[in-house]
Amino acid sequence: MSGQEMIGANPSVNSKWNLRRQTLAIIVISVLLLAAMTVSGFLIENEKLSVNLEARNSSPSLDHLFGTDWLGRDMLARTLKGLTLSFGVGLLTAFLSTIIALFLSLLSSWNKKIDHGVTWLIDLFISMPHVVTLLLISFAIGGGFKGVVTGIALTHWPSLTRLLRAEVMKVKTEQYIGVSRQLGKSRWWIACNHYLPHLMPQIMVGFILLFPHTILHEAAITFLGFGLSPEQPAIGIILSESMRYLSTGMWWLAFFPGLSLVIMVGIFDLLGNSIRKLIDPFHGQR
Amino acid sequence: MKLQQKEEPLPDLLEKDQPLLEVKDLSLSFRQYREGLRETDLQVISKLDITLYKKEIVAVVGASGSGKSLLASAILGLLPENAFLRGTINFKGKPLSPERQEHLRGEEISLIPQSVSALDPLMKTGKQVQAVIKGKNKKAVQQEIFDKVGLPSKTSNSYPFELSGGMVRRVLAATSLASSADLIIADEPTPGLDPFALKETVNYIKQLAENGKGVIFITHDIETALKIADKVAVFYAGQTVEIAKVENFCGSGENLRHPYTKALWNALPQNGFVPLPGSQPLLSEVAEGCIFHPRCPVKTDLCKKKQPESKSKNGEMVRCFYA
Amino acid sequence: MRTKRISLYILSQAAKLLTLLIAISILSFMLVSYSPIDPIRAYIGGDMLRVSPEQRANIEEYWGLNEPRVSQYLNWANSILHGDLGTSLLYRSPVAQVIAERFVASLALMAIAWLLSGIFGFILGIIAGMKKGTWIDRLIKGYCYVLSATPTFWLGLVVVIVFSVWLGWFPIGLGTPAGILEQDVSLTDYLRHLFLPALTLSIIGVANIALHTRTKLVETLNSEFIWFAKAKGEKGLKLLWRHGLRNISLPAISLQFASFGELFGGAVLTEQVFSYPGLGQAIVEAGLGGDVPLLLGIVLFSTIFVYVGNLMADILYKVIDPRIRKEWN
Repeated sequence: MSGQEMIGANPSVNSKWNLRRQTLAIIVISVLLLAAMTVSGFLIENEKLSVNLEARNSSPSLDHLFGTDWLGRDMLARTLKGLTLSFGVGLLTAFLSTIIALFLSLLSSWNKKIDHGVTWLIDLFISMPHVVTLLLISFAIGGGFKGVVTGIALTHWPSLTRLLRAEVMKVKTEQYIGVSRQLGKSRWWIACNHYLPHLMPQIMVGFILLFPHTILHEAAITFLGFGLSPEQPAIGIILSESMRYLSTGMWWLAFFPGLSLVIMVGIFDLLGNSIRKLIDPFHGQR
Repeated sequence: MKLQQKEEPLPDLLEKDQPLLEVKDLSLSFRQYREGLRETDLQVISKLDITLYKKEIVAVVGASGSGKSLLASAILGLLPENAFLRGTINFKGKPLSPERQEHLRGEEISLIPQSVSALDPLMKTGKQVQAVIKGKNKKAVQQEIFDKVGLPSKTSNSYPFELSGGMVRRVLAATSLASSADLIIADEPTPGLDPFALKETVNYIKQLAENGKGVIFITHDIETALKIADKVAVFYAGQTVEIAKVENFCGSGENLRHPYTKALWNALPQNGFVPLPGSQPLLSEVAEGCIFHPRCPVKTDLCKKKQPESKSKNGEMVRCFYA
Repeated sequence: MRTKRISLYILSQAAKLLTLLIAISILSFMLVSYSPIDPIRAYIGGDMLRVSPEQRANIEEYWGLNEPRVSQYLNWANSILHGDLGTSLLYRSPVAQVIAERFVASLALMAIAWLLSGIFGFILGIIAGMKKGTWIDRLIKGYCYVLSATPTFWLGLVVVIVFSVWLGWFPIGLGTPAGILEQDVSLTDYLRHLFLPALTLSIIGVANIALHTRTKLVETLNSEFIWFAKAKGEKGLKLLWRHGLRNISLPAISLQFASFGELFGGAVLTEQVFSYPGLGQAIVEAGLGGDVPLLLGIVLFSTIFVYVGNLMADILYKVIDPRIRKEWN
């Protein structure tokens, strides 16, 4: 066993649960939990969401763990569907934002002028409150799925771009870049063969750590009424609808769906930070 | 001695026999994380011995990376959390426990730090020196010491960033002068000083010893060490390989007993400038035998297999089979 | 020399703000003008069927909707320069007036949350940093991580459930009691309606500042000057007070100023949950109701708001930090 060899070679590593194993375990568990949440949303048939007036307005019980709403729909099923949707929107927007960030940071390596332009664009986008920018873009596109995705994708790239740009600037001064330029390699070739491999770990971690933001903002903008349409089982919709019933004491309509979202976002945070710790322990050791 | 009451001050004569500081068989290692969070233990000091009496200056000489600066942290009890220390340190005859270290810091043990960033960037320098002065008139005492070390009086109202590197070093030395400590640890206090300031600093430190204090002078500069010290402890890769009296550094080093000390001495410009080939290993890289054997000109098969024990005589020490 | 530096600074900052506002106004005007939401329908509302095509054309001409976009923008920008932000379609009153009224309400909410979250966050951060690695540090860190994963509006809903529905201590929503004339609203009523939104916003704001303060304090405690201060015999709370707080206060206060954007965003969501009549609620209504002049007005206003926060953070450093202050004199 490799584990035994390690202990034999280095007597100080006596604990089975050293930091490396702990971190790896956290990553595996996080991935499993996220997968379980997402897949279960897919597996739930739509009839679970159908109206069942006999069982309406019931508080949490063994039959309906999260209770039911005013139409008798099972809140657990609605929540899981909502989480799957959140995951999907989060995935799509985080991916698009990462692509934008990667593109802009590579662009800024072109020359000083373009770099200034990119920096200016970053400053411009963070000069408005996030929610306001989102709301404006969503409004311009007319809301709905398209509006949310465009809005979130167009507002979440600045922080990652900053990070990647700094990294690009660091690599740019390396000798091998100069050598490649002198050998007549194209900028595209250098970007693909030198910058990209170097940026990969940062992109991975940055991508995962974008999820919490994109998911929360999707829920927020949907909650405000600019996002996904009311027919869709989104968490933001569930929570915004629940407001009408809170005064009647139906707390479970808001409590469990929101809590599930917190857990999902929290797991993404944990996953991203653990991976970062593993790749770059000097930043992770906080 | 045993009949003496604990609280009563010891007569000077008896006290002279008791070392101010005794470091015995000290080892220090760090637990570190490398990429991928793999744990490793990094041994930085092993089997260190140093004895210091009052009115004495012991220079600790070694190349950078030999672990000598960590000695200061170990005596002060200010090692990083991931450090692991074994062995004994006695101060005035009693072991230095963490509580005692905390109590004695600044009171009886004082440090002249290596780094010029040891001053709080947002606090006026005068106030920082006043922290170690006891009693009233702190400001007056501090001003007097600043005059003594040649700092203009407005320095006390300056922030560290307004001072030159040389001036900061003087402020740091002034901190030790201001304290009432018996043991001074000077951790590389001299680099970056011009020859005049260097001479001055050396004089302050000598003065401290003449006033009855003990000084550990940590440096990589053997020439300065020989100017100032009574004894020189030579550090190599975390081990003391020799402690020699200053008088023995003479001629072509025939009175020196360890080959590394000889090589250091002969590498000086006035002694022939003979360089020692190779470079200092990490302590953990030499698995077996004497730590110096890969570079030793007189090694034998025994040196490759077994670590030499230290041999002490008249306050001198050497760690070599053939000394 | 000093006055010259200061006037230069003011000039450069003013230029920065101006270019920022121009860029934001162009960008947001473009976005809004491509929106599929019909401003005339939004203006007229349900009576759309009774509007004849001629009348519609008249309104379009009156609003200048048939002109090219560039001249529409220039007209709008020109009237802004003359102090006219246009008329809100929803409130039927000048946009500037609506913003002013709403901002006062939001300001009360945001100011309380800003102060409370700043103070509590700072204290929590210091405790965690001092006790790094202990259970109390883990507890505070965990609390902050959970908070930063929590949607503001959900926290607002939980607060409503607990304090208004279960305990019945506070009203559910609305800035003032319904059905009472504005002049009859007492201060206590007003405060009762302010409390829960302010609480929500304060709780959310704690996480960021606490985690930042903790990191900064841990960093500072690992620095060489703290190490040397310990070697000089300083310890405990006195060490924290003399060297720790001195070095972490300014970054913390600056961060708090630089977080005006998140504060505003939080206010938008909180006001929505509590139907609190502030600027955040106004922008949501403007967006949903197609009230373009108000929407654009609030966009520009929020940009200035965020800018002022960043500016204050910057100036604070220049006034307080001796290293930067020196360069100025």
